[in-house]
Amino acid sequence: MPISYYLILAFTLFTIGVVGVLVRRNAIIVFMSIELMLNAVNLLLVAFSKMHHAGVYAANKASTVGTDAQLFVFFIMVVAAVEVSVGLAIIVMLYRNTHSVDINFLNRLKN
Amino acid sequence: MNLVQIIFWFLSALAVIAAIMVLVSKNPIYSVLWLIVVFFAISGHYILMNAQFLAIVNLIVYAGAIMVLFLFVVMLMNVNTETDPQRSLFTKLVGVISGGCFLMIVISLIKQAGELNTKDVLMSGGNIGLIETLGKVLFKDYLVPFEISSILFLSAMVGAVVIGKKESKIEN
Amino acid sequence: MNTLVYLIPLFPVIGFLILGLGRKSLSKTLTIFLGCGTIFTSFIISVVLFLNVKNHGAMDVHSLFTFIQSGTLKIDFAFQVDQLSSLFLLIITGVGFLIHLYSSAYMHEENAEHFARYFAYLNLFIFSMLLLVLGANYVIMFIGWEGVGLCSYLLIGYWFKNDNYNYAAKKAFIMNRIGDLGFLLAVFWLVNKLGTVSYSEVFATAHQLSTFDVTAITMLLFVGAMGKSAQIPLYTWLPDAMAGPTPVSALIHAATMVTAGIYMIARSNVLYNMSEFTMHVVAIIGLATALFSATIAIKQNDIKKVLAYSTVSQLGYMFLGLGVGAYTGAVFHVMTHAFFKALLFLAAGSVIHALHHEQDIRNMGGLKKKLPITHLTFLLGCIAISGIPPLSGFFSKDEILAAAYAHNPIYWVLAVVGAAMTAFYMFRLYATTFLGTYRGNSEQASHINESPKSMTIPLIVLAILSVVGGLVGVPEILGGNHQLHHFLSSVLVSEKTHHMPHNTEWMLMGISVTIAVIAILFAVNKFSKKPELNDAEGLGKILSNKWYVDELYDKFIVHPLNNIAVFFKNVIEKSGIDAAVNGVGKFVLYGSRQIRLIQTGQVGTYILLMVLAFVLMVLIWINDGYIYRFITNLF
Repeated sequence: MPISYYLILAFTLFTIGVVGVLVRRNAIIVFMSIELMLNAVNLLLVAFSKMHHAGVYAANKASTVGTDAQLFVFFIMVVAAVEVSVGLAIIVMLYRNTHSVDINFLNRLKN
Repeated sequence: MNLVQIIFWFLSALAVIAAIMVLVSKNPIYSVLWLIVVFFAISGHYILMNAQFLAIVNLIVYAGAIMVLFLFVVMLMNVNTETDPQRSLFTKLVGVISGGCFLMIVISLIKQAGELNTKDVLMSGGNIGLIETLGKVLFKDYLVPFEISSILFLSAMVGAVVIGKKESKIEN
Repeated sequence: MNTLVYLIPLFPVIGFLILGLGRKSLSKTLTIFLGCGTIFTSFIISVVLFLNVKNHGAMDVHSLFTFIQSGTLKIDFAFQVDQLSSLFLLIITGVGFLIHLYSSAYMHEENAEHFARYFAYLNLFIFSMLLLVLGANYVIMFIGWEGVGLCSYLLIGYWFKNDNYNYAAKKAFIMNRIGDLGFLLAVFWLVNKLGTVSYSEVFATAHQLSTFDVTAITMLLFVGAMGKSAQIPLYTWLPDAMAGPTPVSALIHAATMVTAGIYMIARSNVLYNMSEFTMHVVAIIGLATALFSATIAIKQNDIKKVLAYSTVSQLGYMFLGLGVGAYTGAVFHVMTHAFFKALLFLAAGSVIHALHHEQDIRNMGGLKKKLPITHLTFLLGCIAISGIPPLSGFFSKDEILAAAYAHNPIYWVLAVVGAAMTAFYMFRLYATTFLGTYRGNSEQASHINESPKSMTIPLIVLAILSVVGGLVGVPEILGGNHQLHHFLSSVLVSEKTHHMPHNTEWMLMGISVTIAVIAILFAVNKFSKKPELNDAEGLGKILSNKWYVDELYDKFIVHPLNNIAVFFKNVIEKSGIDAAVNGVGKFVLYGSRQIRLIQTGQVGTYILLMVLAFVLMVLIWINDGYIYRFITNLF
């Protein structure tokens, strides 16, 4: 498959994530949109990994070009898991304090 | 159109539609479920590209652990359709239009990318996505980052506990 | 010998730093020791250097370090010791030391902190003057030039709690600044045309200058000299400088400051010889100043004011000497003038000290018996300044007069009239102060005592110098061989020579001395019995009001300038500059208040802006804003 297909797919997903952040006020949905964006990036990284691998695969079947990108995806997943655990803890705190998950309450950046 | 292409288009359509459904759903529980569908579709893409390890990890970590966490939280808070806060129609319109502009710009840029458009992705072939290959590299070249990420997990655990505990103290 | 040169200015500056920084903790005794000791050390070194120069000729230029380097222009921090500067070194440190010594008694009533401040200023003053004289180029001279201006400001305003004194200090400083501007422009002109400011190189390449350049440079230098040496029209600061303590006046008038202009022109004699026009201007200004201030001095009643105007007048003579090419005569007169004017000021200070700060001569009189040493020394000073042989003033003044006659007999006539007036007002001052009967109240009279030794010793030393100082320059006609002339001849080489028949010279001397003696007898006769006690009337009133020059300056220069300043302040500044500046501020304030509305504090807004900004950035930079191309590329 041409790489541009993957590019467009990944960016479509990413844009949907961005729009999600923009249009929803529910903190959990916003958080999920962020996860969506992360996954779009992951998908693109894997696609690029395989694109680079395709360049040398014909000459050397045992080549390991492209493993780095896949490991990056692995680390992104690790960080995402960390982020989710802390982020959800924060959302729970927010809910406890305000009895709502509306991110409009989080406007302290103004001051 | 061969089988790979059919699966590609199917998975892509599934991912995009499911992603849109995440935003459109009024009930957060449905949003979570639709997001799980997106992750499954993306895992399908990984398998299509013979990145088996990532496909499995994606399913276990994202669809399995993270999304279950989300579900827990949603249920814990008892957020339902009535209490879900909504933005005004104008704000939504602005968000969608600016997002659309962004997508258009990026697609336009991809179209102009020249050499990149001639490149292909290796489907199904190659063994770099196998656990054996990745494991060797991970524990040889990326051992230190791997260990550091474990410390990151530990600190995240501690952080989550501290955030959760602090409030109860104040309540007492 | 090289290191000795650096030591001369080093000691006063060390004294200045110690006294200035430690003024709160030094005792008076220590202050006197440091203040006088440093100058005395410099004096000893100056004597050594002077003898060295006398026996072996001028020393090389000693460069301490490169002061300014820019392109091909290289200005060294260099010292030059030759006949001219070594002579000035002697005058400055010698007379300066005596004044320091005198000050230690005169200023003893001040409290310790201010006492040390006073000596610190004095040391800085001497240091600046030494720098001025020692510098081997115009820039170093300019540093000293500015330094003496600053020190005169500090010392005139020494009693800074009195506003009038502060005004006098400011006046001196501003008048000097006007002159300094001329000096500075001249230096720039030199740099532009010759690319160097060091004396030796300037004088060696001076012939490359066009007549216009030379005239402009010398005229600008002369403007500087006008300010520093108190010539018309920039002389008014010097009489007002009397606000400072009396020893300071002595220092300004005799050893430092006002002689700077003479030194500078004598030093630049090569340039001045090239410009006939400037020489004429210098001579005429000098003569005019000499006469003008002599007339004012006749009607002054403040003992220090009379001396101040006499200084202006004597400086006029020196400039006359310079203008007619008698550089040696001018320098000679600087030297003798330093002796007798320092003497006169210090003696006047002694009188003021004895009378507890009474300065009006109408309240004095009959002090001859009460202050014998002061009286005698003051009398010697008066005779010396009046030009009676064989005291020092006669020789130097005669040399200038002779040169003036050789140049133009009218100059001579006017100069002799001025000399007669000098004799007249000096003996009017003497007679009113010391002869007759005491006119203050009797209670004061019983308290009048002769000043302490540390004040009378400098008086005696200076009196001796005033008497014998002229002997270094006895002209050939009187059997001398004018040692000073021979000594300075290598520096002041291009002097115009004037040979007159001996008969003429005898006649000139005779006339001037006779007129001076007549003026003296007339003055003593007139004022010893019946001094002028009432306010003057008619012409006398104009004279006692100094020809209303201060008022004229006030009306025609100061007031218009003030009015312009007020106009600028009220109209241009308020509605122009302030409005613009405040307008910018207000606009920014208003604009930011509007822009602040964007900052809702909600993450969503920020992300929206981020996305829009990304879109805009890509549109503007990646494709130069051709949105159409984006659309065609899309499909």
